[in-house]
Amino acid sequence: MGVVSSPPSLFMLKLKMEKISLASQLLQYLITGLTVGSIYAMVAIGFNIIYNVTEIINLAQGEFVMLGGLIMVFLHVAAGLPIFLAFPLTIIVVTLVGMLLDRLAIRPIRQPSVLTLIIATIAASIIIKGIAMFIWGKDPFDLPAFSGRSPIDFFGAVIQPQYFWVIGFLIVTVVLLTLFFEKTIIGKAMSACADNPDAASLVGINVKQMILLSFSLSAAIGAVAGIILTPIALMDYNRGAMLAVKGFGAVVLGGLGSFPGAILGGLVLGTIESFGAGLIHSGYKDAFALIVLLAVLFIKPSGLLGSVEITKIKKF
Amino acid sequence: MKKLFIIATLVLFTSGFVGLAFAEDTVKVGAVFSVTGRASFLGDPEKKTAVMLADEINKAGGVNGKKLELIVYDDEGDATKTNLAVKKLMTQDKVCVVIGPSLSGNSLAVVPLAEQFKTPLVSCAASYKIVTGDDGKQRQWVFKVPQSDSMAAEAIFDHMKKKGISKIAIITGTTGFGKSGQSELVRLAPQYGIEIVADESYGPQDTDMTAQLTKIKGLAPQAIVNWSIGPTQVTVLRNFRDLGMRGDIVFYQSHGFGSKKNIELAAGAAEGVYTPLGACATPDALPADHPQKKVAMEYNQAYTALYNEPVSTFGGHAWDALGLAVDALKAVGCDREKIREYLENKKGFVGQHGVFNFSADDHNGLTWQDAFNMIVVKNGDWAMAD
Repeated sequence: MGVVSSPPSLFMLKLKMEKISLASQLLQYLITGLTVGSIYAMVAIGFNIIYNVTEIINLAQGEFVMLGGLIMVFLHVAAGLPIFLAFPLTIIVVTLVGMLLDRLAIRPIRQPSVLTLIIATIAASIIIKGIAMFIWGKDPFDLPAFSGRSPIDFFGAVIQPQYFWVIGFLIVTVVLLTLFFEKTIIGKAMSACADNPDAASLVGINVKQMILLSFSLSAAIGAVAGIILTPIALMDYNRGAMLAVKGFGAVVLGGLGSFPGAILGGLVLGTIESFGAGLIHSGYKDAFALIVLLAVLFIKPSGLLGSVEITKIKKF
Repeated sequence: MKKLFIIATLVLFTSGFVGLAFAEDTVKVGAVFSVTGRASFLGDPEKKTAVMLADEINKAGGVNGKKLELIVYDDEGDATKTNLAVKKLMTQDKVCVVIGPSLSGNSLAVVPLAEQFKTPLVSCAASYKIVTGDDGKQRQWVFKVPQSDSMAAEAIFDHMKKKGISKIAIITGTTGFGKSGQSELVRLAPQYGIEIVADESYGPQDTDMTAQLTKIKGLAPQAIVNWSIGPTQVTVLRNFRDLGMRGDIVFYQSHGFGSKKNIELAAGAAEGVYTPLGACATPDALPADHPQKKVAMEYNQAYTALYNEPVSTFGGHAWDALGLAVDALKAVGCDREKIREYLENKKGFVGQHGVFNFSADDHNGLTWQDAFNMIVVKNGDWAMAD
């Protein structure tokens, strides 16, 4: 210690000047990163559900999030419905949009290849965005936080109560999805479609219905993400695309098709962004996330938790 | 039946000629705005304002008894379309003066046309490069009415100096507006003896700026300047409040904050925030003896009554541009060279964004003192800062 005494003392001096200790700062970066990461993770889960059943990357996934936020604002703030009514109603409406997306954009396509279907979802996302702009205009909207806006002090870091809701809803979503896929017949049937759609239809599983269900499920999860995000970040018609990009980043980072991978990918992405912005420079915030993503792909092309074997079988 | 058709055609033709002959007695002003497309938040209120003002002028007797004919084209935010529209206005429609375009990039793209066709152009975009050539001289035929970003930076720094603030952090959006603000703040800070201890940024779609603000909190500056447009600037403000930084650190917003909707969205976090704004954004807050009080009040009332939406500061730029053009037309008539000369020497034009004093060395005609009032958010409304 004695040998390198001068740099640490300088460092201590700097710390003393600061109003918030470095430890508290790091804690703050972690909390913020995990919250933002939870949103990315939820978008990523939505990507994976559809991908697992259809191999489509649904590029309209971000629009579900946007619709969730805006419809919730409409029902809760404009129409004055209480939150416990507006919340499920919003999820139902967005789920219907997800079903329509499957029925109107995916199913009618003749001789579908995965690529044409992905392009169809791009078109759908543009249409959804345009309709949202017509309905709500270009202004952002706010939603009251679920349990007030008084921040909680936690070892010098500040936690908005809404952060707990975000992380809590991620946990609830993950638990429910796990139960659904592991314990219910429909869930197992969906997993079967994911493994081998031809074999699944041979044993009597209605693959078309499973595809419809996958779109409904990921729309519902997108809606939840939108509802819990809006009190933190506001919501406007234009938000979807960027969230989809971040969510997709999380998917690739965690491994396409892997649910634990989506959660890990989302949380890691959010945390890297937060630490990068705080400790190094916010101008390169997105760059840090991309560098980590590229590095992971170089070392393990299937993503953190993705399986190489599955990647080889998939068409996309 | 055939006869009837011929007669109808003839009648139509002659009435068309009558219409043309009648048109000779109008004064034409051309306008190019980004009414639709990515910059429609600029062009839409600009067009609405220009159309409304033209109607008002015609109701009040037009331009020296002649009807004011406003020809508006939409450039859709596209530089090529801007170019075509301006060329058409100058060569085919033969307007006396062109107002717009809405965007700095598009304005720069049509600067050569104004010089080539010797037609005065009053731009509604902010960049100083629109009126200042590479040689540092003012472009002969081009004027602009919006304040430069440097003026907002100066207004903020001047206010800081008065409050004894010397150590600040800046946080800016990564949009064109935010980047321009960032470079002006960094460039001008030393002139006011202000040290920038943190220079942070955020994307236009970011969800949370807590990390950047936590870093700033650690550096303990006396003030923060937040410079961007869109909803993210409000998120910064909300994160700032949630981090408990209010009270210790003075918060300044750029002139991109000038909509009451932003105060509302901040959900109480905007209280006590300082922002430099043009007069038309805050007509009620202006003192009775303010030179722009009357025009700002009248514009706000007329616009809200007609379109049932609040005035946008961008609409004010169209008001200033068309107002100046009509003022020149009334004084010298439709002579392009004389209009140019008149505008270059115009002093004391009371507009929505300041009292304009043009000269051969200044085709913007504004100083930051004319262009901005320092406004503070008080009880959820704008108020003059002391």
